[in-house]
Amino acid sequence: MSDMLHLAEAPSRAGKTSDFPETYCRAYRWMLLARIAEEKIASLFRGGRITGGVFLGKGQEAISVAMGIALKEGDIFAPLIRDQAGRLAFGESLLDFTLTYLGARSGPMRGRDGNVHRGRPREGLLPMISHLGAMVSVVNGMLMAHRFHGKKSTVGAASLGDGATSTGAFHEALNQAAVEKLPLVLVVTNNQYAYSTPNDRQFACNDLVDKALGYGIAGHSVDGTCLEDCLYGIGDAVRQAREGHGPQLVIASNLRLAGHGEHDDAQYVPPQVKKLPLGRDCLEVAQAKLLQNGWTEPASLETWSRECALQVDEAVAFALREPAPDPAQEDWCALSHRHLVDGNATGQ
Amino acid sequence: MITYLEAIREAQRQALENDPRVYIYGQDIGTFGGAFKATKGLAQSFPGRVIDSPISEDAMMGSAIGAALQGMRPVIEMQFADFSTVGFNQIVNQAATMFWRTGESCPITVRLPSGGTPGSGPFHSQNLEALYAHYPGLIILTPATVEDAYSMLLEAIALDDPVIFCEHKYLYYHLKAEALPAAALPVGKARIARTGRDATVVTYSAMLHEALAAAEELAGDGWEIEVIDLRSVKPLDTDTVLASVARTGRVLAVGEAWPWGGVTAEVLARVATDGFNLLDAPPMRLNSKDTPVPFHPNLWGTHRPTATTIANAIRDLLRR
Repeated sequence: MSDMLHLAEAPSRAGKTSDFPETYCRAYRWMLLARIAEEKIASLFRGGRITGGVFLGKGQEAISVAMGIALKEGDIFAPLIRDQAGRLAFGESLLDFTLTYLGARSGPMRGRDGNVHRGRPREGLLPMISHLGAMVSVVNGMLMAHRFHGKKSTVGAASLGDGATSTGAFHEALNQAAVEKLPLVLVVTNNQYAYSTPNDRQFACNDLVDKALGYGIAGHSVDGTCLEDCLYGIGDAVRQAREGHGPQLVIASNLRLAGHGEHDDAQYVPPQVKKLPLGRDCLEVAQAKLLQNGWTEPASLETWSRECALQVDEAVAFALREPAPDPAQEDWCALSHRHLVDGNATGQ
Repeated sequence: MITYLEAIREAQRQALENDPRVYIYGQDIGTFGGAFKATKGLAQSFPGRVIDSPISEDAMMGSAIGAALQGMRPVIEMQFADFSTVGFNQIVNQAATMFWRTGESCPITVRLPSGGTPGSGPFHSQNLEALYAHYPGLIILTPATVEDAYSMLLEAIALDDPVIFCEHKYLYYHLKAEALPAAALPVGKARIARTGRDATVVTYSAMLHEALAAAEELAGDGWEIEVIDLRSVKPLDTDTVLASVARTGRVLAVGEAWPWGGVTAEVLARVATDGFNLLDAPPMRLNSKDTPVPFHPNLWGTHRPTATTIANAIRDLLRR
């Protein structure tokens, strides 16, 4: 992760720093890169070039990037399906994204897994399995290992959606983190729908942040459409975890501005919901704020867009030229101890 | 004398002593020493490394995976094998797929106190080796002796892959050995527990002792029954099984687990596929009945195979 760029410290509402505009601009650029990269993959999907699903983070970039920006090298990040912006800010290369979506053998998952199921555990980036909530306790275990190793002040962040709060894994992991007083930051994006299910069929509590009280941990609420609020709110949560105040639950509210995946037109979202303030596009809101505060010039915005599009085109062009996995060269071995593979159970 | 349970405790003590990466995590295993006392005294000897978990099998396993990825060697004690189904998702979808997906090994030992004892009932008696063996990416061990309980647990902890260690509760207290072994067969090798020439019984875990008793009973009638202890059910040592069947021409596979699609079915499928011409009679198998494990000793004693029912099955096999 050579292109990893990190703040010295997460943004803090308590001590506003003069470098906040710079942080904001950097976050915006990751959001923009994520949006353009995902739009490109979506168009490749529509053109039949992508096998499997395509899942977009449209509308969730502000929340996601705030996680990636607040984490440092040595921290742990367990992204979910709408965390392209956070992945980039945490240090994942754009090539890992394109190589995995295109199933290239040279990608981190070597064609064995695809799309959003990518990661580099050694670099603190966990490859999600599809079972929601399952990554949170894995982050807990990594943090427990850090404690065994005497590593202090590392943080583990996990991303989930409103639907995942209904799982047993969510409960077990959050409770475990609370019991062990781990520096876990769990960011739940309440984007109003889990696939097609509105959240009044998902939970009956007034506000998801109330769950924090039940676990005996700190709770935070942020407006997921407002980059400033995300940077400060999630930044605060990360800092508190780092300073030893135990697990932090962040509820970030927004609206998913795409289908569950690109196969889904999301007709189940009523038009009036889209007009609510939470239906704002965080990227547009952030752009307006940049200009309004004079933190950048319109010309710079255009330059950034062009640069991002170029980066994406290069990463896609590279991945398209990479060889696909070859079944004859695949070793079909699920164990690291090759001599213990059950030789007569190859299914051949 | 040392019991099967003490051997498991000693192996864990050895592992904790020799390898700073090892820790044990499970319910009631700290100061209390575990529901079966398999970790008795270890929390006191190794402060901070024998940790009580909440009743959260999913999170216990998930955290073990995370710790393993960061270089630790977790040993997870499930209080009963039956409860591991709550952590099933993490075991089969996360631990078992990690190496194949990412190239990062996932060294975790999951101890499953398995099998029936009188009065244990439907939810404290299960044998889940076949369930886990079905998934790629896991090693499944089923020690039948005190020596294997010790040496195989030590080997399991040293392996880089996730291991499901099925220790049998029926053997915990009354199976005893003179001493712990200095050397042992490696994981993946079956052991001929008794030699014979008339028929082969392939079995593992607590059923080994029932099968040996059955073989002894038949010896009184002049039959020489070979008994194979599989030791590990995945990988399955097909070579040792086939070599034995080549000598005897007859095979009976015995398991305490349920019959459908389990270890005995796998053994017979391999014998039928790779050793059909070695057989002088149709292969047979004997398992528990296809119902939940009953509570009352009268029912339980009939639900699972015993020396008597195994001896009857062997007589059947010899008549075929």
